[in-house]
Amino acid sequence: MSNGKHPSFLVEGVRKLGASALFLFRLLVQCVPALGRPRLVIYQIYNSGARSLIIIMLAGMFVGMVLALQGFKLLQRFGSEEALGSAAAVGLLRELSPVITALLFAGRAGTALTSEIGLMRATDQLVAMEIMAVNPLRYVAAPRFIGGLIAMPLLTAIFSIVGLFGAQLVGVQMMGVDQGSFWSQMQGSLDLHDVMQGIVKSLVFGVACSLIAVSEGYNAEPTAAGVGLATTRTVVASSVLTLLLDYVLTAAFL
Amino acid sequence: MRDVHYAVDKRPIFSGVTLTARRGRITAIMGPSGTGKTTLLKLITAQIFADRGQVTAFGRDLSQLDTPDIYGVRKRMGMLFQNGALLTDMTVFENVAFPVRENTDLPESLIRLLVLTKLQAVGLRGAAELMPGELSGGMARRVALARAIVMDPEVLIYDEPFVGLDPISMGVIQRLIKQMNVALGITSIVVSHDVQELSAIADDSYLLSAGSVAASGTPQELLKSHEPAVSQFMTGGAEGPVRFHYPAGDYTTQLMAAEEH
Repeated sequence: MSNGKHPSFLVEGVRKLGASALFLFRLLVQCVPALGRPRLVIYQIYNSGARSLIIIMLAGMFVGMVLALQGFKLLQRFGSEEALGSAAAVGLLRELSPVITALLFAGRAGTALTSEIGLMRATDQLVAMEIMAVNPLRYVAAPRFIGGLIAMPLLTAIFSIVGLFGAQLVGVQMMGVDQGSFWSQMQGSLDLHDVMQGIVKSLVFGVACSLIAVSEGYNAEPTAAGVGLATTRTVVASSVLTLLLDYVLTAAFL
Repeated sequence: MRDVHYAVDKRPIFSGVTLTARRGRITAIMGPSGTGKTTLLKLITAQIFADRGQVTAFGRDLSQLDTPDIYGVRKRMGMLFQNGALLTDMTVFENVAFPVRENTDLPESLIRLLVLTKLQAVGLRGAAELMPGELSGGMARRVALARAIVMDPEVLIYDEPFVGLDPISMGVIQRLIKQMNVALGITSIVVSHDVQELSAIADDSYLLSAGSVAASGTPQELLKSHEPAVSQFMTGGAEGPVRFHYPAGDYTTQLMAAEEH
């Protein structure tokens, strides 16, 4: 492939980027008819979203609690503990909820999607669909992609709510911050822009993580090792891309 | 197929393969492992396309068709995969119903009737509510056969239908292939290296070797052939043009070298 002038990894990188863009285009084309199959999509929202609820809620709770603990110690130095609610809310809504939800989504739902589709490829189920004149991109990939896309903002919202509850638990119940100040400071300092930032990030991460998970599974080498490798790639690529996109989006919002 | 050439990474798989599956007959495609039998099926089902030559199905050149037309051709075909390729998240009933649900708007009552009829034909009506994971290899292949015939295809393609089956299951599958052909008039293409089983049911046979058709005719003609490559394959001989040993250096030299280490 490489002609010696360019490093092969560069050529390979461009090839992969092109292949991903082409796959995304073909997938988006199939998303339109897939939306006409609400049962398939709803099942995938359940599969990627509802089945990730426990880990998302647990993580949200602990992240909120840690945030309150750290924030309280810092704010106490300046005698402004009442600002804890506002600090926790801004941190969670703008940054921690979308990013950590995306990382957990990649680890829980993303790996499940990749290995499931990869195994379907390895056991000829996708080819069998092709032979039965059923487009697997429409029947298998598109509903999973849409499911992930819808599940991500919902999970992010739940992460934020549970996180705020965790922050309140530590800040108000344990550290003795005034409950009224905690909530009113939060209400006063948050605006629509902060909420939008979280929603936009979660949507972008939803597209990125779902696309990677579905694409890696769909294009996995049809062997046990190939599916394993594709699953690993899903976690690594989703995590790195989430953090990279987070920086880009944060810079764009500021 | 006419004068089909196909290569993977410049390594030729087929160089000038010509064969015809005649309507209403069972055509056997045989050959040692690695002769590209599965690749041949991919060409017939338009999963891949020939580098040179022509693959025609129902009078249409597959390489000239766009995706909807290819799906149109595939709707007239059924294929039995080596491992069954059943969809693992559906019951046996749902698996057989799958192509009908996806490709037609038939009412549920008619789909039920169709599926039960086909399951009855393969003797598995009682297993309709089982999941694929609960089936034996032979049962899974029979379910896959029911799924392959549920759309009443004109051509049925079998990829290694006898591999890994016990003698009873093998006999059942063998009878079913013949039955589908005789009762439903389906044109059958069977790709396999199980000479005995295939010879008993095939009307025409082709032997692939080294990327081309080494011999063709009725299975009996192939069995009587004195051509070394044909005779070796049909009788299962270790000696002949197809070597048992992968090319290697001198055996004694290698053993002695291993001892020195």
